[in-house]
Amino acid sequence: MFDTKHTLIALVDDKPGVLNRIVSLLRRRSFNIQSLTVGGSEHPGLSRMTVVVAGDSAVVEQVRKQLDKLISVVKVSDITNEDMVARELALIKVKATASTRSEIMQIVDIFRANIVDVALDSLTVEVTGDESKMESLIDLLRRFGIKQINRTGRIALTRGITRD
Amino acid sequence: MKKTGAQILCEGLTREGVEVIFGILGGAVLSIYDTLPQYPQLRHILVRHEQGAAHAAEGYARVTNKAGVCIATSGPGATNLVTGIADAYMDSVPMVAITGQVARPFIGKDAFQEADITGITLPITKYNYLVTDVADLAKTVKEAFYIAQTGRPGPVLIDIPKDVQQEITEFAYPEKVDLPSYKIISQGHTAQIRRAVKFINKADRPLIIAGRGITISQAYDELKELAEKAQIPVVSTLLGLSSFPGRHILNFGMLGMHGMAYANLAVQTADLIIAIGMRFDDRATANAGGFAPEARIIHIDIDPAEISKNVPADVPIVGDVKAVLKVLNKEIEKADHLEWVSQLEQWKYEHPLVETGQGDKLLPEYVIRQIYEATQGNAIVVTGVGQNQMWAAQYFTYTKPNSFISAGGLGPMGFELPAAIGAQIGHPEETVWCIAGDGGFQMTIQELGTIAQENTAVKIAIINNGYLGMVRQWQELFYQRRYVDTKLRNPDFVKIAEAYDISAIRVKHRDEVVSAINKAMDHSGPFLIDFSVEPEENVYPIVPPGESLARFLEIPKPEVLSK
Repeated sequence: MFDTKHTLIALVDDKPGVLNRIVSLLRRRSFNIQSLTVGGSEHPGLSRMTVVVAGDSAVVEQVRKQLDKLISVVKVSDITNEDMVARELALIKVKATASTRSEIMQIVDIFRANIVDVALDSLTVEVTGDESKMESLIDLLRRFGIKQINRTGRIALTRGITRD
Repeated sequence: MKKTGAQILCEGLTREGVEVIFGILGGAVLSIYDTLPQYPQLRHILVRHEQGAAHAAEGYARVTNKAGVCIATSGPGATNLVTGIADAYMDSVPMVAITGQVARPFIGKDAFQEADITGITLPITKYNYLVTDVADLAKTVKEAFYIAQTGRPGPVLIDIPKDVQQEITEFAYPEKVDLPSYKIISQGHTAQIRRAVKFINKADRPLIIAGRGITISQAYDELKELAEKAQIPVVSTLLGLSSFPGRHILNFGMLGMHGMAYANLAVQTADLIIAIGMRFDDRATANAGGFAPEARIIHIDIDPAEISKNVPADVPIVGDVKAVLKVLNKEIEKADHLEWVSQLEQWKYEHPLVETGQGDKLLPEYVIRQIYEATQGNAIVVTGVGQNQMWAAQYFTYTKPNSFISAGGLGPMGFELPAAIGAQIGHPEETVWCIAGDGGFQMTIQELGTIAQENTAVKIAIINNGYLGMVRQWQELFYQRRYVDTKLRNPDFVKIAEAYDISAIRVKHRDEVVSAINKAMDHSGPFLIDFSVEPEENVYPIVPPGESLARFLEIPKPEVLSK
């Protein structure tokens, strides 16, 4: 029984309380949610949710079935072992002075990230990518002094064939 | 036509075929109650406590297979329903619980008698609704009954703010529900059924475990056909009792912690388990890791989340039990399994049900057996939780489908009396015996008031041993007889019954049992018998916690029951 990181994507009703129903099930089994994102989907009235949890595969599968049973959930899949595209977005506010600003901008360029706000003493960087790219960029920016980070957590879709 | 929210609710209830509502009034449901007289086809049973309403609705639902309806006011009324709702959820009982809520402008402001009941019941309902717009109410009622009664049944709660009950809107009741995210798989997967057929045809020691799903799906005939066609012995879970004829030669009783020794031995020796409409509860499997070590497992259940939850299934079949068994029965070959069935009979002979103790003590097992003898099984037995429940499971032979009503999964003491009321109201023509423990009885004793008011003809047998008996038994066996706070100083139950104008007698001696039971049965209204039974009688067999099913303890110095 090893805990592995699982990515679940769910198509759910866009109604009050739905998030609560889903989180409540995960809480009951003591899952620590590593990230959870919700946003609109291609279906009106339905949202798509990406949940990343660490857990034993058999337990995650049991929870997936229980999630699927919820009336508010149209479909839920564990796409961990599938070919998927996973991205997250981070906003990083980093300290910047006249002398460090250009070096930061070079790093941002290399990562194909964007500067979205400039102030006298800081730059705000917008970056998308997988988790390891986020971590590398954050590591590089750390020595300039990071003031704030806000990350969305993972959103994911399987590649190729369309599916719910 | 324009109607108020309260009228729309009542319209919905009548259109869903509701005949009885169990409830108690309060400020936030006054508008609903004020409307009730306009709907005389809705009979309201006034209970004494909301827990009684919920359990009575359950009792009604369990015997009729229709959604039981209960109603309570906001705040404490709603929270008092919680035990019954949780029980209905655990045992897959269709129920629609209606709660009043404070008016919309007060929600979230800690108003008088406000409780977040949809939040509280989120993990114990199949679904719940807070209706914030009267225009949604008709659709909500329609959906609630559909969800409660289809697939794996369960409780649905509708929370209706007081001002929504009073608001007026155009009324139109929907013909159909539109719930794209609610899926029911009723036909089993053909390939899996084919695999199951292969396993059944080549099994030497097959065994059926029948669960409550048989009753829910009304698959009694299909189960019987399966068992008889291939001569497969049947054991049942607690809630599966009465799903297979009690006197059938292939019936080998209940498995589990207090299951028959021979049923447990059968499970541990079988090479194929056909688990039907059951969920491998820990009281049924004992140590799940050591469960049925020699068997492949075919698991038939309508709920995909039950498959491989507690015990891994070799052949999972998700579907309605009746529909699956119909297909299965056509495909399987006739067989006799003579050797296997005679092995079970041998075990049954070696491990008979025993009546414990000496001489003329008044034993609880004897009381239950005599109720069976007096009714010849022609009764609905509603039990409490604990020793009384286990003796009722072991010593009454259930010959009629769905004649054993008990709270299995949640195990709420106090279920018996209100559930018996619900069962009696659901089946007024039947004899309903309420088997109560003296501890559990006092948890809902106030419902004697409901019985008196409605003149519900329930026959109540209190198995009064002066203890919280099952707990005392555990203290005796597993806590070195340290009886911490299990001894009860009980009131005079006969006097209490009489105070409610309910006829009652006390039985202290074995030779009074039969005449007391007959007296109760001959009496046209409700009747209570307080059986002062042997105080330290234990339920045997018992599989100690953590052990596997084969490691049951039997009664010390058994004495074969002379029939």
